[in-house]
Amino acid sequence: MMGIAAGLTIGGKIPFTGTFANFSTGRVYDQIRQSIAYSDKNVKICASHAGLTLGEDGATHQILEDIGLMKMLPGMTVINPCDYNQTKAATIAIAEHVGPVYLRFGRPSVPIFTPDNQKFEIGKAIHFTEGSDVTIVATGHLVREALEASKALYEKGITAEVINIHTIKPLDAKAIIDSVSKTKCIVTAEEHNHLGGLGESVARVLSQHQPTPQEFVATNDTFGESGTPAQLMEKYGLNSASIVKACERVIKRK
Amino acid sequence: MANTQQLENITTQVRRDILRMVHKVNSGHPGGSLGCAEFFVTLYNEIMDRKEGFDMDGIGEDLFFLSNGHISPVYYSVLARVGYFPVEELNTFRLINSGLQGHPTTHEGLPGIRIASGSLGQGMSVALGAAQAKKLNGCKHLIYSLHGDGELQEGQNWEAIMYAAGKKVDNIISTIDLNGQQIDGSTDTVLPMGDIKLKFEAFGWTVIDIEEGNNIEAILKGMAKAKAETGKGKPVCVLLNTVMGNGVDFMMHTHAWHGKAPNDEQLAIGLAQNPETLGDY
Repeated sequence: MMGIAAGLTIGGKIPFTGTFANFSTGRVYDQIRQSIAYSDKNVKICASHAGLTLGEDGATHQILEDIGLMKMLPGMTVINPCDYNQTKAATIAIAEHVGPVYLRFGRPSVPIFTPDNQKFEIGKAIHFTEGSDVTIVATGHLVREALEASKALYEKGITAEVINIHTIKPLDAKAIIDSVSKTKCIVTAEEHNHLGGLGESVARVLSQHQPTPQEFVATNDTFGESGTPAQLMEKYGLNSASIVKACERVIKRK
Repeated sequence: MANTQQLENITTQVRRDILRMVHKVNSGHPGGSLGCAEFFVTLYNEIMDRKEGFDMDGIGEDLFFLSNGHISPVYYSVLARVGYFPVEELNTFRLINSGLQGHPTTHEGLPGIRIASGSLGQGMSVALGAAQAKKLNGCKHLIYSLHGDGELQEGQNWEAIMYAAGKKVDNIISTIDLNGQQIDGSTDTVLPMGDIKLKFEAFGWTVIDIEEGNNIEAILKGMAKAKAETGKGKPVCVLLNTVMGNGVDFMMHTHAWHGKAPNDEQLAIGLAQNPETLGDY
């Protein structure tokens, strides 16, 4: 599929591929690397069923390494939207962008909380809440959890600045640096291994420009397993409660 | 139209180019390159309908994809000799900052190249995508591709071979370089593939044999036959029987020169067997 997609661009087509995230990346990494990324082909790799929320199928199908695999490829844009409206807007935006893109999204129906017909700007972070005590940078399904966490933190007298990073590469470094300049600490949240994910990209930017205490809400170098999405997100610490705890930990490290 | 003697002369010069390129950097793949010299020369000079210049989309012309990218020396030589870039650039093969990378790539913007190849087994899929793009664009031109026989051991080929017939991609001519050799020995020693012709036919392809794949007349005849089979609802495969290392006696009939450069003395012998015709770069 990846090879044929690469070939279709020769003749001016803009192919969108579609399959599970695991089979969109790990299974075809060499094909993406040589025939798409290295060959500068305008292919849009659209990957569903990413992460633990795939649920009952288990670890063979739950990839938690795909963001890392894709962001390492030179020239690849990596996007992980958070709900239907953002995914739709991103799909239109990547069609207009020239170059290979990895668009990652999940299997379950999740609540829609971003605006209909929103403008999607690749590489531009979205501020959901203003806060001064902690920055929460979240992507994909963890954005909604981050908003829930910010409400819980508010009850405890902590104001959190929730930033939605839908584009992991290129990363909106300025938005992150500006926010931590104010809050002095950060929590990153993603449905992905802490190795190779959004958190690592944020850590790289901060270590270089503004060293800042950071906590990671992500899986801890592990495979997933069968279960309902909610059970898995709880077991692997990828929900609002985990984000609240991570915020409390990181605030103490300031 | 060039006559056969003219094509022979170009081929002789291409052999010199291959030997000199590989010798200079003491690396590269002369064996498969030499085995396919007649095919490349005939393809680019006589068989393909090509536009002047180069653009990536290649609408309104036939396109070629090299899947076994390690035979880049013959590819680069022929691309230069038909005018895609100056022949002097052959001097930069495998050197730093060159467009002539060890394996072909679009990344450095070398005219004539439309896809990177080197990691084997990917070229047929790409060629099929390009063939389908031609159909979508209403372009009547053809897609040509070349694959090593050893390369057929890569499983992706068989997905592509199945796809091509299943989707009735009948505007592609995929040629298999049947030289019976691969990096570690004969294909039969490393992994016997059985009857390749029967396999392609079983997958729904039309198969044309070119028994003498180093004979320009035979290539012209066989490829014309293959072209006549396009547009009939089935993909077309050409089985090109070649001799690895053809034209340099000590490199022939062995896998030893798959990826090894000649030394000074061997180069001199090889060049003496292939006197200059068009002028060295």
